[in-house]
Amino acid sequence: MKLLNAATLVMLCLGALAATLSPAAAQLRIDITSASVDPLPVAVTDLHGETATTRELGREIAEVVRGNLSRTSIFRLINPAAYLESPEDVLVRPNFTNWRPLDAQALATGSVRIESDGQLRTEFRLWDVFGASQLTGLVFRTTPENARRIGHIISDAIYKRLTGEEGYFDTRIVYVAESGPPDRRVKRLAIMDQDSANHRYLTDGSNLVLTPRFSPTQQVVTYMSYVGNQPRVYLYDIDTGQQEILGEFPGMTYAPRFSPDGEKVVISMARDGNSDVYVMDLRTRVTARLTRHLAIDTSPSFAPDGDRLTFNSDRSGTQQIYTMAADGSDVQRISFGEGRYATPVWSPRGDLIAFTKLLNRRFYIGVIRPDGTGERILTESFLDEGPTWSPNGRVLMFFRQIPGDDNGRGGSVRLWSVDLTGQNLREVATPIDASDPAWSPLTPLEE
Amino acid sequence: MPHGFLIKAGSMVAALVILAACADEPPATDASDAGSGGATQTAAPAPAPAPAPKVVTQPSGPKDGSQEHFVLNVGDRVFFAFDSHELNRDAQDVLRRQAAYLARFPSKRIVLEGHADERGTREYNLGLGERRANAAKEYLASLGIAPSRVTTISYGKERPIALGHNESAWAQNRRSVTVISN
Repeated sequence: MKLLNAATLVMLCLGALAATLSPAAAQLRIDITSASVDPLPVAVTDLHGETATTRELGREIAEVVRGNLSRTSIFRLINPAAYLESPEDVLVRPNFTNWRPLDAQALATGSVRIESDGQLRTEFRLWDVFGASQLTGLVFRTTPENARRIGHIISDAIYKRLTGEEGYFDTRIVYVAESGPPDRRVKRLAIMDQDSANHRYLTDGSNLVLTPRFSPTQQVVTYMSYVGNQPRVYLYDIDTGQQEILGEFPGMTYAPRFSPDGEKVVISMARDGNSDVYVMDLRTRVTARLTRHLAIDTSPSFAPDGDRLTFNSDRSGTQQIYTMAADGSDVQRISFGEGRYATPVWSPRGDLIAFTKLLNRRFYIGVIRPDGTGERILTESFLDEGPTWSPNGRVLMFFRQIPGDDNGRGGSVRLWSVDLTGQNLREVATPIDASDPAWSPLTPLEE
Repeated sequence: MPHGFLIKAGSMVAALVILAACADEPPATDASDAGSGGATQTAAPAPAPAPAPKVVTQPSGPKDGSQEHFVLNVGDRVFFAFDSHELNRDAQDVLRRQAAYLARFPSKRIVLEGHADERGTREYNLGLGERRANAAKEYLASLGIAPSRVTTISYGKERPIALGHNESAWAQNRRSVTVISN
């Protein structure tokens, strides 16, 4: 068990150095919307350190950056063993003629040192190798325990500078860790960095827990729990560990999700066998009913502007995806393809809704435009379910079950991610079985 | 012009506990047996029990009015078609026997647990399990079992009884289970 103290991190732009960009530098940009783009070759040196301690920290930060970039489909990491210059050589300015033969388009360099007050000072620069210019530069001051986080912030800076879009590396995943046989499954809330580091469990498994989702504005998760055999929606404060039931409802509450401003939670409530969508204001605790139908209305998810929601309903006879105004009016069905559609989740960019599709005993993850056009299937398996968006709307994470034998042995359920292009399908490492992932927003920066 | 940011990093506690548990499951039975099966919480539905609501009480057997006695003599569960909460004739027969049994113990309360098979999404299946438990509740009410004696709980697809991934297992898992809770 490892305990890290809360720490403050100060980030500064190396403004003077980053001020001028050559025309060539401006051209070094990747289009991440195309599925067929060649990955951009990048080199990331260890960050230089004068002591054994800082050299190790510099190597750790660089490893975090390399891991992040290599798990994307848009960068190709050049093996550090091939580098001709050392971290010290590139400290002031790389000799670009030593990097061009490696076909490195972008080069990340930097240094770390421990200052007299014990703070870790990290410098990072991103270079355009063929343009022979600096693209961006940053300085961080924080405690050495935050080294991995520095790596994620640097990764996001590289991603943003080279793609023009926000990254998603300084983020976390909350999910349900699973163990035990299928009929007596033990489920616990767990949280980890998006690269699977800093894993910890939030609940002890004594109560069944399902479907955690991050607050967009606070270190709070909303989820469903069977505390006292009363299935209800709860709030969990990640920093304090405090848990609180969401409101007093006469029936089961489930399928919670925060509004984009973090001030409301939208849920389903079941009463007399019928499920409808409700929204609760977290400050006033006033509840409004949004659907009034004998169908199962569930899995509500707000659009990023908060004006509309998408939800799942079987009011047509089978599960389909609908949208409605935030007050419950103007209900529109948007899924009309073959099969059943479930778990709609509005993209943080607003342009797409991700879903689970069920057809001929197979499960699919797909996306569709909010107006019902442009349906695209991204994955297929025995069971793929529950997509969650990266905060920049470019990557989806979901869970995939591989069935076991008739005695429930040999199966598994794991987290997977896939690019919006349908490429780059990969398993996300977890210590044990895992389901119901939810991606956090980018960890906020306070000026 | 440099500008500064402050980032608040939360305290991080990393704890790793792996809960190991061994599988110890009964074999699944054929779906055709599942129509009116009586079974305990840990066994797959057994072949159909005697159709008559005959109550067998033996000196050494389970106590009349206990869950075990109820399971053995009446049958504690009913089954549903895929994505349906309709009570078929077999299910209605079981619930009629349950109503007759429960009428003998007016002080006993019951919990109806609604379940779904794994071929649905988690959240929708919670709604579906609730629907199934409520269908059983309403039918029992029509037979004179006061709704005030009955609570429902949905487990969606979280608590399968048959662990296979085939029609037979799914048929056994789409169920409402009546539990006597005193």
